[in-house]
This record gives sequence, structure tokens and C-alpha cells, in this order.
Amino acid sequence: MDIPLVLMEGIEKSFPGVHALKNCRFELRAGEIHALVGENGAGKSTLMKVLTGVYRKDAGTIRYKGKEVEIPDTKAAQQLGIGIIHQELNLMPDLTAAQNLFIGREPRKLGGLLLDDRRLYKDAEKLFRQLNLNFSPDTKVGDLTVARQQMVEIAKALSYNSEVLIMDEPTAALTSAEIEELFRMMGQLREQGVGIVYISHRMEELKRMTDRMTVMRDGSYIDTLQTADTSINRIISLMVGRELYVNTKQAAPRLNADTVLEVKGLSRGRAVRDVSFSLKKGEILGIAGLMGAGRTETARLIFGADRPDAGEIFVHGRKLVIRGPHDAVRHGIGYLSEDRKRYGLMTEMDVRTNIAVSSYGRFRSAAGWMRDASMDENAERYVDSLQIKTPGVHQIVKFLSGGNQQKVVIGKWLTRDCDILIFDEPTRGIDVGAKTEIYKLLDELAAQGKGIIMISSELPEILRMSHRILVMCEGRLTGELSGEEATQELIMRYATMRITEPDAKHA
Amino acid sequence: MSAVTETAQAAKPARTVSLRGGATQKLLAFASLILLVLFFSLASENFFRFDNLIGIMLSTAVIGVLALGSTFVIITGGIDLSVGTVMTFSAVMTGVVISFWGLPIPFGIAGGILTGMLCGFISGWFVARMQIPPFIATLGMMMVTKGLALVVSGTRPIYFNDTPGFSKLAMGTILGIPYAVFVFFGLAILAGIVLNKTIIGRYNFALGSNEEATRLSGVNVRNWKIAIYAMTGIFSGIAGILMASRLNSAQPALGAGYELEAIAAVVIGGTSLSGGRGSILGTVIGALIMSVMTNGLRILSVPQEWQIVLVGLVVVLAVYADILRRRKK
Repeated sequence: MDIPLVLMEGIEKSFPGVHALKNCRFELRAGEIHALVGENGAGKSTLMKVLTGVYRKDAGTIRYKGKEVEIPDTKAAQQLGIGIIHQELNLMPDLTAAQNLFIGREPRKLGGLLLDDRRLYKDAEKLFRQLNLNFSPDTKVGDLTVARQQMVEIAKALSYNSEVLIMDEPTAALTSAEIEELFRMMGQLREQGVGIVYISHRMEELKRMTDRMTVMRDGSYIDTLQTADTSINRIISLMVGRELYVNTKQAAPRLNADTVLEVKGLSRGRAVRDVSFSLKKGEILGIAGLMGAGRTETARLIFGADRPDAGEIFVHGRKLVIRGPHDAVRHGIGYLSEDRKRYGLMTEMDVRTNIAVSSYGRFRSAAGWMRDASMDENAERYVDSLQIKTPGVHQIVKFLSGGNQQKVVIGKWLTRDCDILIFDEPTRGIDVGAKTEIYKLLDELAAQGKGIIMISSELPEILRMSHRILVMCEGRLTGELSGEEATQELIMRYATMRITEPDAKHA
Repeated sequence: MSAVTETAQAAKPARTVSLRGGATQKLLAFASLILLVLFFSLASENFFRFDNLIGIMLSTAVIGVLALGSTFVIITGGIDLSVGTVMTFSAVMTGVVISFWGLPIPFGIAGGILTGMLCGFISGWFVARMQIPPFIATLGMMMVTKGLALVVSGTRPIYFNDTPGFSKLAMGTILGIPYAVFVFFGLAILAGIVLNKTIIGRYNFALGSNEEATRLSGVNVRNWKIAIYAMTGIFSGIAGILMASRLNSAQPALGAGYELEAIAAVVIGGTSLSGGRGSILGTVIGALIMSVMTNGLRILSVPQEWQIVLVGLVVVLAVYADILRRRKK
């Protein structure tokens, strides 16, 4: 048995309030493609960030070619020969591909005074040839397709003589043809003895491309398996495999209730493709899917934050033209963003103002003055009814806990009399106790007759809360499940169901 | 990379001359300049004359040099509001060295340039090290240098009456063309080389394009940023010397407002205020467009108040045209 290229053992990493990695293990051999799989938040990316020096481990050892190493920063990883292609690309769009490749180590001439661009392009062309890239290295990166930008990232990582290449969801934004190009390149690198760590949610791709798989769950190492001997079902059950929450919801889906919202053929680029569904009064409709499945994008279309390419939206049976969020709000649609601090709240302002902000018209006197007293009164009502824990309505929102901030946003939309509420990851960053309160609140809102769409990446949460569940993958609805029949396995099945399609040709 | 197969005979990527992006914008700006010149030439016979054209060049020189310097900072995605008053302060310091201390002219020149560089360095240090937004850091520098220019000069102009050679720096002529014009075009060529052919220029674009990615690529982003602000300061210093030479005096109350004209010239030239894109040629054309407009409108007897209004509209339209073109892509 030869020495593994990378061996990580007993890796521990904690962030304030989260034990992100627990006694993790990972082994990578030269010339293999090794999948790292797990649900969102299982710790895959964190583990790889430890390996590339973005995070420092709290405990554990990393061996590189058998020798124990410390990787305190990204530069150290680079020098060892560990390269990473991030989910979000790290390139300079205004520079050419070649300039990007050699940023920070440009060839020079005239005693270092001038850049030697001829050599720069010659070196870049050589690298491009080695990787069989057939576009010009003096194209501006911003003018390249995402796939080619990714190729540039890969070329950049390899130009540091990387023997370990980590790819975090590299196919998320690619078309089938582009994926083939990427796979061809990966196969070529494998033959050259590069060890590739491949993070992806797409089961068929993993089955096809990888040699081994390591499964992680809740920050722990679960198992390493030979891909060829393992079925997709087995992998999914290993990924999910935790105790299921008891399904505590009492309310049955109301089959005969009025439809409050109907969406037909909603599309926007590749992010949202032909999405149709309806939402009933008093229903909690869960939308499940992996990151990048198009759930948030769909919500943004309904809320008017982005313009759809096609599709119709009906509220209470009436067709709406939604030109922007103001139109959506006027028709009683409220959107609670997954990123509360950026899109949901004015964190430097007080509770009362945040609750009132979408309904200012109501708090204005005939002369145009703001009526502070009635804003206070309104805020106090919601602080009571939503049980927002705050010293008072004049407290600055940023000093509240995540759960209470979420309640302030809910209060804002209730003040506005919204009867359709879209919750995007309503419990992200909220601690366990407060989560239960938010769940209770959602149940109560549904019981009052609000129509609720809940987007969530946490399967237990979706299962516990939803009367009905839609599953999305790559911008499409791939499944619809009733609350009773849904299981984590079934949802994961739909969520990884890629639909192969003839490729949209685009330069 | 380990053992790469050289057998792979990929189609050799063709080196295309990229005529897209920056080039079209420059072409567009250049065409507008030609159109303006044509228009004014047809509108008035007094416009297309040697002495008037020289006058235009001469009036472009000072703002143009400031605009050249501003281009660097703006491409990083920053802004330098202090270039106008740093110019004034540098002019005053040149006056102090030459007229108060009685040192020879070269020392005065060095004093002016060093003053500008130091001011830029300090602005850059506040921006890069202390993380103060460029707008604020250079707004502060603008006021500080404005005040210092008045303090050092005792609020009175410093004249260069004892050194008749000093006014030759800008106003001496070859073939009837003042030195200031040569200085401007010479500096433009130098700035072009620095921006496109040297490491600081490359990092200048990289920083403006994606600062975090540049940092993660192992570039010492902070130090380069300070260097870029210092370089902008050097250009302000040179502009100050030109100005002082042209007026044969350092006028401590002049200079405020020049920074906005310089920024306008840069922006007309197609440099993006959000960073990452821009060119020296564009800035030169932008500066020329501004002075051609001012000069031409004056010849057509358009009142000065209206000249300002029209130039303001041109700035907005130029940027809007750029946005439209970009959106189409």
C-alpha cells in the first residue's frame, strides 16, 4: 500500500456556537478522484478550507505525502501544491485569462522594470495546450463563459504545480456539454497523477466520475466507500441517516380551501425553468432542494425582485403584473429573505421602525408627519403577540438575537396585512430553542389562514412543517410530495434528479 | 504539474487582437472629439487656427496631468478628491523652496513633486492600512492641503520674480508650442507605459477588478494601493509646478474644484468609477473633449454659465452611452 497523498485525521474545528468538524478523517491518493458528499452543512467545505489554510484546525493532524504538515494560511497550501477551485470563482474579470493565471508572479524584463507580456502569453498558451483548452489566453475573463472561467481557475491552480486539486461544486453552473469538457479534463489530470477532491450533490456524476467517496454528516466522518460497489440509495441513506424528527404537525392539508397564489410557467434564464404550482389558504408549502436549485430565485420572481422571462402569477385568481417588490407587497405578498441582515432589516434602526417600514403610509398624519405614537403602539402589539424578546420597541435591531430578528421581519409583513408569506430559510442562523418558536409561529399563521411558502435546506424542518412539499433541482420542479408520503430519502432522490437536456449552445 | 503529455495537439489558440471593450469606448470617445472639432471649425472660422488649437492644448495641460494621475486611483475603484488642492500645495512648496529659500529651480521642482507624492502616500496609507473609505480619506487630505497651502504661503501668492527661468518651464516654446503641452503628452505616454507595461499597472487593474481575489493570489494588496495613491500624488505635484510656472506665481487660493474636472475627464474617457477598467488614452481624449468644448463654446459666445451647464450634461451623457453599450453586450 503506497502512502496517501493527503491524510487528515482527528480534525476538529469549532466556531462560536457550532462544532463544525468532529474527529474528521479524510484520505486522498494520487491519481484518484475522490468524492466528498453530505448534506448542506455537513462540513465538507469546512474540511476543505482547513486543508487549504483558509481555516486553522483546532486539533488533528494533516499528512502530506506521509509527512506531517501545518497549513496556517492559503499561501502555505499553495506552496505544498494544494489548489482549490471555489464555488464562487475567484478571478479578476477585467484581466485576461493569462494575466489571471500569473497574477502575483508575472514574468518581467529589463531588470524587473517592465512586464514581459510575450513570455506571459507564451507560458499561458503552453499551459492551455497541456490542458487542451481551445480558447485564447488573451481573452478577458469577464467575456468567457462560466465554464471557461472555471477552466482558467483550474489552470491557475495547476500552474502552482498542484498535485491536489479540490473542486467545490464545479458543475453547478455548467451545461451538459461544458460538464463533459470538465470531465475530460479531470480524467486527463487523474492520469497525470493529480489527486482530485470532488464535492458535488449530483449522484450520477459522482457515480460516473469518482473512484472513492467519503460521506460526512453533521460535521462527522461517516465512511469511505469504493464508488463502484456502492448504490446511490446507500449513499443517500448514509448522508441523511440521522434520527428523524417526530412529525408533530396536526393540521391536515385543506383540500377544499381557496387558492391564494398560483404560478404558471415561471422562467428566468437557467435559474428557474417552467415552474408551476399553487398555494392554498392556510397551507404551508415547503420547497426543498439543494443549494443552487433555484428556490430563492423562484421566490424572488414571485416577489418581483427579479423580472421573469416568462410565466404568469395569479393572486386570488387575479392575474398580476409584478413590476417590482412594491407591486408584490401591494397585493399582500411578503418575502422573508434568507439573509435577514442584508435584505430584511435595517439593523442600525429600532424595532418599531423596522416593523413599520413597509406600511409607512399608515403611520402618517394628514399633514405628512410621522405618528410615532401609533408606530410604537403597533410595534408593541407585535412584540406581544410574536413574543419578541426585546427591552423595548426602541431597541436597535442588531442587538437582538437571530430568532427575535426574524420575528421582527414577520411583524413587518403582518403589519402590512400580507396573506402570502414566503419564508426563505426561516431558521438559518437561529439557535435550536428559537427554531421551535418560529415553527410554532408558522403553524399559527397558517391556522389563521395565511398561505405560507417555506424554502428550507433542512430536510427535518421541511418534513416537520410542510403540508405539501415541492422539490426543485436545477431550476425545475422535479417532484411534489404530500406531507404524509414525504421522507428524507425521497426528497433527496428528487433533489438530485438532473434532467439531461440537449445543450443550449452558447459561446 | 507532474508528467504532462506533450502529445496533445490542441488547436493553437489564435491570438486575437481584442478590439472589444476598452477599444470601442476609446474609438467612440475619439470620434466624439473629432466631431466636436469639426462642428466648432464649421461654426466659427476662429476655432481651427494654430494659436487657438495651441491655446486649447495649453489649457488642457494642467487638468490633463491631474486627470492622468486620477486615472490610476479610479481604476483601483477608489477616488482621489485631493488632487486639486494637493496641486496647489505642491505649487506653494515649490514657491517656498525657490522664492523663500532661494534655492535653484531643480530643487523647487523636486520639492513640488515630493510634496505631491507625500500627500498621496498619506492618503493611500489611510485608505489601505486604516481602511478609511477613499472618499473620506482624500476629502480630509483635500481640506488639509487647502489649509496648509494658505498657512505656508501666508495667504498671499508667491511670485517667482527673481528666477525668470521658472516661467519657461511651462511657457517656453518649441515651434510655437509651449513646453507645458510637451510635458502633458510626455507624461501621458509615460503613464500609458506604467499602466500597461509595468507590475504596478497590472496590479492596479487587478485590484479594481477583484481585490479579494488579488489578495488570495498572494499579492500584497495594501502596499500596492499605497504606491498607487503616491503615484497619483506625483502627478498632482507636477501639475502644481506647471500651474505655478504658467502663472509665474503659486496661488494658494486656486485649485479647489480642479479635482472634479479631472474626474470628469477620466470618466468621459471611459474609465469606470467602479474600478477595473480604464485607459490613459481615454483620459487624454476626455481631457481634450472638455477643453475643446469650453474653448469652442466661448468662441461661439455662449455665456460661461451655460458652458458649465453643457459640460455637465456631456459628462452624464458620456457615462450613459458607456452603460448602454455595456448592457447590449
